[in-house]
Amino acid sequence: MRTAFVRALTEAAQLDRRIVLLTADLGYKIFDDFARRCPGRFLNVGVAEANMVGVAAGLALEGKKPFTYSIVPFATLRCYEQIRNDVAYHEADVTVVGVGGGYSYGHNGPTHHGLEDLGALRLIPHMAVLSPGDPRETEAAVRALVRWRGPAYLRLGRANEADVHGAPLELEIGRGLVLREGRDVAVIATGSLLAQAVEAADLLAREGLACRVISMPTVKPLDTALVERTAREVPALATLEEHSVLGGLGSAVAEVLAELGLPLRFRRLGAADAFAHASGDQAWHRRRNGLDATAVSAALRALARGTPAA
Amino acid sequence: MRRSSPVPAATPADVADLAARARAVRAATVRMAHLGRTAHVASALSCVDVLVALYFRVLRAEPPGPTGPSDDRFVLSKGHGCMAWYATLAERGYFPKELLDGYSTDGSPLAEHPPPRGVPGIEVATGSLGHGLSIAAGAALARRMDGRAGRLFCLLSDGECNEGSVWEAAMWAAGRRLDHLVAIVDYNKLQAMGRSEEVTALAPLAEKWRAFGWATREVDGHDLGALVEVLEAAPLTPDRPTAIVAHTVKGKGVSFMEDDLEWHYRPPSAEDLARALRELEADA
Repeated sequence: MRTAFVRALTEAAQLDRRIVLLTADLGYKIFDDFARRCPGRFLNVGVAEANMVGVAAGLALEGKKPFTYSIVPFATLRCYEQIRNDVAYHEADVTVVGVGGGYSYGHNGPTHHGLEDLGALRLIPHMAVLSPGDPRETEAAVRALVRWRGPAYLRLGRANEADVHGAPLELEIGRGLVLREGRDVAVIATGSLLAQAVEAADLLAREGLACRVISMPTVKPLDTALVERTAREVPALATLEEHSVLGGLGSAVAEVLAELGLPLRFRRLGAADAFAHASGDQAWHRRRNGLDATAVSAALRALARGTPAA
Repeated sequence: MRRSSPVPAATPADVADLAARARAVRAATVRMAHLGRTAHVASALSCVDVLVALYFRVLRAEPPGPTGPSDDRFVLSKGHGCMAWYATLAERGYFPKELLDGYSTDGSPLAEHPPPRGVPGIEVATGSLGHGLSIAAGAALARRMDGRAGRLFCLLSDGECNEGSVWEAAMWAAGRRLDHLVAIVDYNKLQAMGRSEEVTALAPLAEKWRAFGWATREVDGHDLGALVEVLEAAPLTPDRPTAIVAHTVKGKGVSFMEDDLEWHYRPPSAEDLARALRELEADA
C-alpha cells in the first residue's frame, strides 16, 4: 500500500503543482522518485510532527495542497491538536497520511501500533477519514483525495498487501464498494483486512453460506445508505477492522444501526481494547485478536446461524 | 523577496500619532473586557504597542483584506490577547468599531480567541498555545516556493515559549532559512500561574532564539519608535528568520493592572473601566 500511495501521489503531483509532500523523518528512499520528479516539493521536516502539521496548514493557507506522512500514531495522535485546530478548524486542504495501520509494525510494539486513529480522527469536524483495503483502493483513494478540498486522513497498511480487486478502480469519498453479494450474512471491512473478509467469505461459501462482502474505504463520511440497505437485506452483519473495537468503523456502523432499530444480529470484529504485551508480527497479532480469515469466518458463521460467538 | 523601497524612519510626529492610536486601542480593549466580562485584559494590553506599530506602520496589507498573495501576513499565536488585535483591526479600518461592543457575547463573531473566518483581517485561528509559529513558517515556505514577496509576522507570548512546538518551529524555520519570517515575543514576564522565570528557566530568552539560529534583537516593547524601526528592518540578517524579543509590562497603560497577575483573570468593573479610561486620557 505504501508503494501504491507513493506511486499514485508522484503521478498526481506531476500534474498538480500545489501538491507538497512532508515527512517527519520517515520513509527512507521511498520518496526518491517523488523528490526527483517534483523538485522542491518533498520536505523532510525532521522528527517534529506537531510542527509538520502546522507547517502544512500554513502551506495550505497560501494555496498549496500538502500531504503529511509518518507512522500512524505519530502522524495522528502525536499532533492531534494541530490536526484539529490548524487543519480541520481552518478547513485547510491538508491530507494527513499514516502508514502502518493496525499491527503493520507488529514487532515494534504498542508505541507503533495504529489502533486508535480512525476513531480519533473521525471525531474531528470536516475530516474525511479513508482507510483503503488494498493497493488498488489506495491508488484510487489518492486520486480521490487530490480532487477533494479540505481536511482528510489517509490510513495505509504497510507493504505486500494482497491485490484484492485485481484491477484498477475509482473511489468516491463517502461510498462503499460491494465486492460480493450474499444474503445469509454480511461483512463490512475497512483497511487491509479486506483480504481476510474475502477469504472468510470463500470459506463460508464452501459450507453453502452466502456472505456479502463490502469494502468501506471511507470511514467518514460513512456510506450510511449502503449500511442501511445491507441491514434491511441481510439478517446478520459484522464489521471488520484492524483497529480498536472502540471508535472506528464498528462504532460508526453501530451508530447507524442503533438508530435504525432493525431486528438485526450485529458484531464488531476488531482489536481488543488492550495494549499488546508480547512481541509478534502482524499475522500473530491478528490471530490473537480473532482477525485471521479462519476466525473471521467462524464469527460470521455464528452470526449467520444466530449461535453464540466462538 | 526583499522589498525594494525602504520606508522612511518614523518621525516624532509619526510616533505621537501611533501613541494616540495605542491609547485608543487600549481604551477599546479595557472596554471590551468590561462589556464581555472576560479575562486576559492584561495579556492584551501588553502587546498593544507591537500591534499598533505593525498595523499602522509596518505591515504591507490593506484593510479589509483578504491577505493578498504578496501582502505581509500577521498571525497572533497568543490568541488570548486578541482583544487588542480586534481593537487594532477596528482602529485600522478592517471592520466597524461597533462590532467590538459585541465581543464575547452570544452570536458575536468576536470570540475570546480569534476564529479562522468571519472577522475581516483574521485568517488564522489560535487559542491553544504553540500553534501559530508553525503555521506562519509554512506560509513563509509557500511564499518562497512561489517566489512571492511578503513577510510573515507572528506574535507569541513568553508563557507560550514553554510549548515544545514553538521550538520545533524555531529549529525548522532556521534550518529552512526562512528569512521573511519574523517572530515577536511579548515578553511580559508573567504567565497564567506566576512569574515566567519561576515557572521555567525562560531566561535568557533572546539567547535561546539566537542559539536556534534566529537573527535576534531585543527591544522595549512599548517604545513605538524603536518597535517600528526594528520591525521595519526585518529580515535583520539574510538567510535567517528574525526574532524580536519585546520587553513588555503585562497590563501596560493602566496603572492598577500593570504587572499584576490578578488581571490575567479579572474582568474590569464599570468603576475599573472609568478609572482606566481616565488614566489613558490623562496620558494624551
